[in-house]
Amino acid sequence: MAKIIAGVGTSHVPAIGAAVDHDKTETPYWKPLFDGYKKAREWMTETKPDVVILVYNDHASAFSLDLIPTFAIGVAPEFQPADEGYGPRKVPVVEGHPELAWHITENLILDEFDITIANNMPVDHGLSVPLSIMCDKPAKWPCKVIPLCVNVIQYPQPTGNRCYSLGKAIKKAVESFDEDITIAIFGTGGMSHQLQGERAGLINEDFDKKFLDDLTQDPVGLTKISHTEYIRESGSEGIEMVMWLVMRGALDDNAHEVYRHYHVPASNSGAGLIILEND
Amino acid sequence: MTKDYDDIPGTYIFDGAHSRKGYYLNMFCMSLNKAENRDLFRVDPMGYLDRFPLTPTQRQAVIDRDWLAMLRLGGNIYYTFKIAIFDGLSMQNVGGKMSGITEEEFKQMMINGGRPIEGNRYTQEKN
Repeated sequence: MAKIIAGVGTSHVPAIGAAVDHDKTETPYWKPLFDGYKKAREWMTETKPDVVILVYNDHASAFSLDLIPTFAIGVAPEFQPADEGYGPRKVPVVEGHPELAWHITENLILDEFDITIANNMPVDHGLSVPLSIMCDKPAKWPCKVIPLCVNVIQYPQPTGNRCYSLGKAIKKAVESFDEDITIAIFGTGGMSHQLQGERAGLINEDFDKKFLDDLTQDPVGLTKISHTEYIRESGSEGIEMVMWLVMRGALDDNAHEVYRHYHVPASNSGAGLIILEND
Repeated sequence: MTKDYDDIPGTYIFDGAHSRKGYYLNMFCMSLNKAENRDLFRVDPMGYLDRFPLTPTQRQAVIDRDWLAMLRLGGNIYYTFKIAIFDGLSMQNVGGKMSGITEEEFKQMMINGGRPIEGNRYTQEKN
């Protein structure tokens, strides 16, 4: 049977992708961040998940204000890099896993998670930067990817608790898939950052570090953080961290931390990375 | 209606009211995802803007690249930043403009650990 073996939480700051694309990862600005990614990349190479379920958000790329699904799952055989205004990132096309994606979709909906089904969904930096962080710059991504897109731009975003419950439903769905494959789930975005307004540039390192701690020490406590608390404490865009709770919900309750890295700044963000494994 | 996030300083929550106000402004920004539209906007900015039913103040804010005004008029930063991408501006440049400092000062603030949370939680706090 299919099994979720691990979860990764990581920021998906576009400038991190640009640093990879333009070979700037050894510059004084970027080196401290990328030095911390080395161990994560080694872990990815050693662990070799067959499929990554990648929880991310679209940034006005595939979805606009015309249609705002709270949760959408990509069931297509492949997903093209989106043009976000710079021309598409020159990264490999993302190969999907339609059989597993449809299995998850059918089980989620029957389990009363009414997820939107996407056959055509260009993927932006929210999805491709975590792959660059974990896999560097390969000619082809080393795993299949099921994109799971969460609305975090239009208020109100789904609650942390809803995201955590979605994770639990994904775990149940995956475990009933009749194929011996291993799956990692990535929760991406954050950590503290605010891109907009007079308060732009806000960072709350204490909040971020406690969030990382509580992913293993008190995940249920994290599900109780309100929208206003995220926005006030971690910046208007810090609320992206609810996506990490989908990842956390999909792991065993006693999942343990195997690695973390935290660095300020990556562009305007506190950049965090954590790897959790099931026992 | 008052909201419990109204007292967060310097922050424009993209809620329903905001989204309704900014629909066409944001959809204009969204159109810049397409290379052919970027070319049209480059060649004839005013003519291209005419295609979108922006309010006169929204239109002026776009022309002036007044990032704060765009937010106040219903813009969302992920959308309005597409104009900055079009202009070749960084997030630190726009962040500086919105908070009244230069791009270099903004970059340095981030290197120093970012804008501190202390004093920035509530509008009634004094720095």
